[in-house]
Amino acid sequence: MNKTINQKAWFFVIPVFVLVAFNAAIPLMTVVNYSFQETFGNNVFAWEGTRWFKQILLSERFHAALGRQIAFTFIILLIQIPLGIGIALTMPKKGWGVPVCLILMSMPLLIPWNVVGAMWNIFALPDIGFLGHSLNGLGFDYNFTQQPGDAWFTTILMDVWHWTSLVVLLSYAGLNSIQPAYYQAAEIDGASRWATFRYIELPKMKKVLTLAILLRFMDSFMIYTEPFVLTGGGPGNTTAFLSIDLVKMALGQFDLGPAAAMSLIYFFIVLLVCWVFYNLMMKNEAKS
Amino acid sequence: MSLELKNVEKKVGIETHIYPTNLKLEKNTINVLLGSTLAGKTTLMQIMAGLDKPTSGEIWFNSKNVTGMKVQKRNCSMVYQQFINYPNYTVYENIASPLTITGVDSNQIKQRVGKVAELLKLSAMLNKKPDELSGGQQQRTALARALVKDSDLILLDEPLANLDFKLREELREELPKLFEDRDCIVVYATTEPSDALMIGGNTATLLEGKVIQYGKTLDVYSKPENLISAKVFSDPPMNIAEIKKEGSTCKLTNNNVQWKSSVKIKDGTYKIGIRPHNITTYKEGNNSVEINGKVQISELSGSESLIHFTNGNLNWVSLSNGIQQKNVGDDTKLYMNTDEFLYFDQNNRLVNNG
Repeated sequence: MNKTINQKAWFFVIPVFVLVAFNAAIPLMTVVNYSFQETFGNNVFAWEGTRWFKQILLSERFHAALGRQIAFTFIILLIQIPLGIGIALTMPKKGWGVPVCLILMSMPLLIPWNVVGAMWNIFALPDIGFLGHSLNGLGFDYNFTQQPGDAWFTTILMDVWHWTSLVVLLSYAGLNSIQPAYYQAAEIDGASRWATFRYIELPKMKKVLTLAILLRFMDSFMIYTEPFVLTGGGPGNTTAFLSIDLVKMALGQFDLGPAAAMSLIYFFIVLLVCWVFYNLMMKNEAKS
Repeated sequence: MSLELKNVEKKVGIETHIYPTNLKLEKNTINVLLGSTLAGKTTLMQIMAGLDKPTSGEIWFNSKNVTGMKVQKRNCSMVYQQFINYPNYTVYENIASPLTITGVDSNQIKQRVGKVAELLKLSAMLNKKPDELSGGQQQRTALARALVKDSDLILLDEPLANLDFKLREELREELPKLFEDRDCIVVYATTEPSDALMIGGNTATLLEGKVIQYGKTLDVYSKPENLISAKVFSDPPMNIAEIKKEGSTCKLTNNNVQWKSSVKIKDGTYKIGIRPHNITTYKEGNNSVEINGKVQISELSGSESLIHFTNGNLNWVSLSNGIQQKNVGDDTKLYMNTDEFLYFDQNNRLVNNG
C-alpha cells in the first residue's frame, strides 16, 4: 500500500505544539533558568552552577520534608487501596443501588480541594467542630492545631475521605469487566471467596489497580491545597509536606534559586518513582 | 446414573425463561441442546449444574432430589463459550485447580493432569500462562479442567463458538471421543445443527424456552415431531410451503408444481418442509420434480453451492454439490427430491412419520 504524503497535515499539529510550549516547556525552562542562578532585584542574575542543587540535597529541611512526604503517601496508599477494593467488592452489581452508590462515591471527588480543606478544618476544630468536639467529648485529648499526631491523623483521614472514591470507582470498573462465567467456573471448582478474589478478581483488576496506585501516588506526593487549608503545615513544620515547604521557600522567603532547584528535584523524584513502579507492575505483562 | 428434570420452570420477573420442562438424561450419553440464541440453553444448563435455581419443579440426580443443592456439593464441570481459565495460573495449575481445591494428593494430581494434558495435546505448554496460548489451546485447557475431575455431569456451553473454523472442526471431531470411556452425562449446547449431527448421541431441540423434542439425534433430524423442531434442526433454513393433496397428487397452492405422492394421508391442505439439500440443480432420486426459480443470491463454498431463489411468493434456499454457477436475476430450473419431503398437518405436526 502506498502512503499518501501530505505535509500540510503538520499545520494541524501546530496548535498542540504552541499549547504545550506555553503550558509546560516555557515555565519549566524558567524554573531551570532560576535553579542555576542567584536572583537579585531589578532582574539582576548571577550564575551559581549546581550550588543550589547541592544545597537542597544536603539540607536537613529538605530531608525532613521528603521524609514526611514519603510517610504520608505510604500511609494513605496503604489505607486507600485495600479500602477502595473492599468497598468496590461490596457494591451492588445491578439494580437501583448501582447509580446510588456511584453518585455517593463520586461526591467527594467533585468538591473543590480548598473546600475540602476548609470543611475538614471546621469539622475537626476541637471546640466547635463535630469531629473535634465529639472526640474530646469521648475523652480523647484531641487538638489538631497543637498536637502533631492529631494533625497527621486529621490530614490522613481527610485524604482517605477525599480520594478513596477514586480507587473504588476504578476497582468497580475493573470488577465489572469480569465475565460472570469466571465466577461460575470458580463456584463449580468449589473455590472459596478468598480464592476467587485472589486468583480471578485481583489478576483481572491488575491494570486498573496499577493506574489507581499511580494516580494516588502522584496526587498524594504533590498534595498541597488541602493540608495548606487544614493545618498550614503545622503545628510547627510537622505536616509541611514537600509542596508546602516549597511554597514557603519560594514565596515566603523568596529564595527563588533554591526553590527552583528543589522543584526540579521534586519533579524528578515523582518521575522516577512512577517510572520504576510502572515498569515493575508491567514486567510480567511484557513477558507474555 | 441419570439426570432428570421434572416440570422445571424458570421465571425472571414476569418473563418466562424456561417453560415447564421434563427431560431425562441417561448415563453415558452425550446430549445436545440445540437452539438459537435466547432459546434457553444456558439457563437450562445452569439449572442442571445448580448455578441457578428453578422457579418451580425438581431436579433429580441418581434418583435423589438435588433441587437447590449448591453447585459445590454436586460433582459437575462446565466449559463456556468464552475461554475461562485462571489468568495467572499456568496451564498445569489451571488443569490441576479443581483437584487442588478438593485436596487430592500431589502425586495423583500430577498423574491425572499429565494424562488429561496428553489427551488434549497440551503436554508441551503446561508451563505457559493462558494468555500466551492460542484460542484453541485456551479452550483445550478449559476442557482439560472439566475432564480432570471425574464429574458425573459435564456441561459444555457452546464451547466451539469462539474458535475459528479450522480449530472448531478439529476439536469437534475429538470431542465425542473424549467422553467415550467416561462414566458421566455430557450436555452440549450449540446453535448449529451440524454440531448436533457430528456429535450424535441425543438431541433436544429448543425454541424460546421450550424443549420441542428430545430423542436420538438422527431420529430428531429425520423425523421431527413438528415443524418447529424441523426448523430448529435445519441450517440453512428449511423451505416451507402450503400444499393441496387430492388422491395421489400433491400440488403447491401458489403455483402449478405438482407431484405424485405415496404418503398415506387424507386429502386436504398440508404444509411441506424441504431441507435445502433436497432442492438441487440436478435430478436426485427417482421422484424429483422440477421447479422454476429466479436466483436472488448465489454462494459458492467450493464443495457446495447455496442458491437462494424465489418462485412467486416462495423465498427458498437450495443446496447443491460442487460449483453451480448462477447469476443473480437468472431464471433457473431446480429439482426437488419429493421422497424426502416432510408433511405437516394444520397443527404443524409431522404426518408422514412412517
